[in-house]
Amino acid sequence: MPLKAPRTLFDKLWDAHVVVAETDATPAVLYVDLHLIHEVTSPQAFTALRDRGIAPRAPQRTKATMDHSTPTTQADADGKLHYYTLASEAQVDLLARNCAGHGIELFDMQSADRGIVHVLAPELGLTQPGMTIVCGDSHTSTHGAFGALAFGIGTSEVGHVLATQCLLQRKAKTMAITVDGPLAEGVSAKDVILHIIGVIGVNGGTGHVIEYRGSTIRAMDMEQRMTLCNMSIEAGARAGMIGPDAVTYAWLENTPRAPQGDAFEHAKARWSQFCSDENARFDQEIAIEACHIRPTLTWGTHPGTAIAVDRAIPAANDAAARKSLDYMQFESGHALAGTPVDVVFVGSCTNGRLGDMREVATVLRDRRVDARVRMLVVPGSELVKRQAEAEGIDVIVRAAGAEWREPGCSMCIAMNGDLVAPGQLAVSTSNRNFEGRQGPGSRTLLASPMTAAWAAVNGCVADPRELFAAPAAAREEVA
Amino acid sequence: MTPFPALTSRSVVLPQANIDTDQIIPARFLSTTERAGLGKHAFNDWRWRADGSPQPGFAFNQPANAGRQILIAGANFGCGSSREHAPWALVDLGLRAIVSSQIADIFRNNALKNGLLPIVLDEAVVQSLMQRPDDELVVDIVACELRTPDGHAHRFPLDAFARTCLIEGVDELGYLLLREPHIRHYEEQHHAR
Repeated sequence: MPLKAPRTLFDKLWDAHVVVAETDATPAVLYVDLHLIHEVTSPQAFTALRDRGIAPRAPQRTKATMDHSTPTTQADADGKLHYYTLASEAQVDLLARNCAGHGIELFDMQSADRGIVHVLAPELGLTQPGMTIVCGDSHTSTHGAFGALAFGIGTSEVGHVLATQCLLQRKAKTMAITVDGPLAEGVSAKDVILHIIGVIGVNGGTGHVIEYRGSTIRAMDMEQRMTLCNMSIEAGARAGMIGPDAVTYAWLENTPRAPQGDAFEHAKARWSQFCSDENARFDQEIAIEACHIRPTLTWGTHPGTAIAVDRAIPAANDAAARKSLDYMQFESGHALAGTPVDVVFVGSCTNGRLGDMREVATVLRDRRVDARVRMLVVPGSELVKRQAEAEGIDVIVRAAGAEWREPGCSMCIAMNGDLVAPGQLAVSTSNRNFEGRQGPGSRTLLASPMTAAWAAVNGCVADPRELFAAPAAAREEVA
Repeated sequence: MTPFPALTSRSVVLPQANIDTDQIIPARFLSTTERAGLGKHAFNDWRWRADGSPQPGFAFNQPANAGRQILIAGANFGCGSSREHAPWALVDLGLRAIVSSQIADIFRNNALKNGLLPIVLDEAVVQSLMQRPDDELVVDIVACELRTPDGHAHRFPLDAFARTCLIEGVDELGYLLLREPHIRHYEEQHHAR
């Protein structure tokens, strides 16, 4: 019998979900274990099913939440929520009706578990190793942090999954990105992924599934791994993933929807197979040394324009870069540090988790947000909000002069009325700095929660490593 | 889905690279629960001023470009958000094909499901096509060729299944529904545990 060729994590996830194998003439039929939906990309899918007289095949495999269009302001005393537009409210209402009509579990505005779809599913333990997970949302790649094959789909495909629990898929190519070594103080998973996108480019991952490997990744907690996998799409990759390990299992063990008791041990044994075999071959391999990663921000209008905080904005070598600079009102040769900031946004499926809130609190404790800056801190879910408030983080945030909001996507996609005004410059912990992403005419610098909070305190972009440097007086003494 | 028609058209050119789906249709227009009527918001913030008047310099506002069905765009077209509203808006705007040296994965998938043909050609070819937007281009989906008036035929890659679906007007959901016995078998094998 020939030896079985070593397989990558992606190969194993793929093989385990093939319903009908792909041929030259036809794509594979791939089974979907977990389907997540939200209000924005699902309405037309339900309409398509209704028009054809089809009911969802496995409604228990679809979970719904409301996050994109929902207000982050508190409800009135009588419980009335203030939606940005009537259309937003109608969209949220329609999701509730669609879920009720088809027996789909919905985490609605009254639910104590509601949150951004990519924050909610992992914290409930719905996201598990070895799964295929899809959602009409490109940041579905987040769930790959658990050793799942997770990717964003369009609304037609949301309909396909509702109707058949399957998708037609061509197998993607594989890319291994290995990061080794310890991260410096002030450098987080967000800096790592911005650095990676800066290295491989905004389209460097197109057609590929990325597996993140190496000692730096192993040393990350689950929240950091999610931040990393979340932005795989910003390099054009279909998905990002990390093989599960003790860190993964420790997270899952504390979640309500993961298998419990003996079933958990049984599941763990199965999950542990989902790792790349030794000598498994990838179509592309990239190695990055963690010691080269510094606090990183973007200067342009796509996430590939990432540079270290103390580097100068590079020369514009093409029309796209010139257009980026023109839109951002920046000049080549200038460093971002010192650039005055109007808005700071902490939140989103990239950086809206408890660890991110803690990082911000560490910076804001006993400090004030600069008077020129409006700062919003938006927890990614009701659970993150409760946990943060139990630690007094909301008090620290408010005492510093920032706004502590209700959970949701908020200013990342700016659909709910949380907007950056035209021309204003925002430092945001979200994932996209496209033109107008945070509101028409808005200008966005992507950054880590620590860099964002430090910018809020300084009123301008500043290097968060200053937080760890010896006090100025001590340095002068040495000099 | 209706079969992909014979397509002969001049083109509209947007030369910049990395045109993301937030530019194709900004998020504030995603509150709709319909898929029709999004063409008026296609490239909204490049096409319209804040007061609603047209940006005179923008390609889709040029009277000469009215009715053109082919868009030639810079590399990595359609990157970013998975919103299918992007191809819905482009089709509603009258486009039937996008030519670029690279088209983002999710956008390409979404486009194919809406009869919008993604045509990927070498950067040099795309650059030369961009110089001649008034040429009548012929898109031959059977031969997977884009032909120019000077007699050049540029082959483009197209997945065999996607090609069949476009030519015959097959819709993917119908195809998937016919795989029901396989899906049931898979569920019995894997979920009995």
